[in-house]
Amino acid sequence: MGLLDYFRSSRPKGSASVAKERLQILVAHDRAARGRPSYLPRLQQEILEVIRKYVEVDMNAVSVKYEQEASHEVLELNIILPDTAQGRA
Amino acid sequence: MARIIVITSGKGGVGKTTTSAALAMGLAQRGHRTVVIDFDVGLRNLDLIMGCERRVVYDFVNVINQEANLNQALIRDKRCDNLYVLPASQTRDKEALTKEGVGRVLEELSEGYDYIVCDSPAGIEHGATMAMYYADDAVVVTNPEVSSVRDSDRMLGILSSKSRRAESNADPIREFLLLTRYDPLRVEKGEMLSVDDVQEILSLTLIGVIPESKSVLTASNAGVPVVLERDSDAGKAYGDMVARYLGEDVPHRFLQVEKKGFLSRIFGG
Repeated sequence: MGLLDYFRSSRPKGSASVAKERLQILVAHDRAARGRPSYLPRLQQEILEVIRKYVEVDMNAVSVKYEQEASHEVLELNIILPDTAQGRA
Repeated sequence: MARIIVITSGKGGVGKTTTSAALAMGLAQRGHRTVVIDFDVGLRNLDLIMGCERRVVYDFVNVINQEANLNQALIRDKRCDNLYVLPASQTRDKEALTKEGVGRVLEELSEGYDYIVCDSPAGIEHGATMAMYYADDAVVVTNPEVSSVRDSDRMLGILSSKSRRAESNADPIREFLLLTRYDPLRVEKGEMLSVDDVQEILSLTLIGVIPESKSVLTASNAGVPVVLERDSDAGKAYGDMVARYLGEDVPHRFLQVEKKGFLSRIFGG
């Protein structure tokens, strides 16, 4: 802190706020992954394979969400089908 | 029955050993029979920070392997009669710490002491998980810096799932946040995460904030737990931490930039 600092009052916004934002996202992500059963990725893969037998869906079309609540666990599957159902075998 | 406290962090170099030494010395000075154990097998350093490195004969692993008994391995602190140090082995593999062995030693210590402070190694591997397994309380040492905060959060996940208390469905480990190397000036400038920022992310009970201080290095150079440096800000902040651990309501200090005189503002310093 010297005399010069007095003339530099319009400092750019500090990097701490960037750090905080990044951490909040990261920690939320880490925590969500923590309680999940380890079979989830394979489950997602196999469900996708079954669906693709019948409908041509995108690789990202199936999302698996796992949530833990006080007394029970929720496994939510979300499958986005294409607009027209022409992909049937 | 002793209360078992683990000093943990995940990330290395944040001040676990400094904190272990300070907490153990602080508790002992307040009249509690205390033992501090170095769990960092292969890289022992607690003995250096405590200033008893030349008095190590037997170590923790010797006791676990029943090559020595506890009385032979424990080193009594020369400054405080209530304080004992159980050093780590410098030569062994960390796998030498078995869950049964550690449990047996802690149980034996538990009969003669009020507090057992476990100085955990960095990381999430064997030594660290052994240090926290039997804990009743945990102090998570964190620097106001992204990687340290993230690692602390990971440790919280492990504390709540891989401990004796978690496995036996007992009350969970009491977790405390200790923020170290805190620089109020940089926080004021927006260059460093503030206490509130870190609290908001980790949502833990704050047990202390240790300011960045030259006295930490000076004390470690001499092998004196910094809590004994009563004139230094870090020493005072550690003293406050010990008081808060024991349930006293002590306001946090050293969170604001100290007001400087006119001359030092002009000329810096």
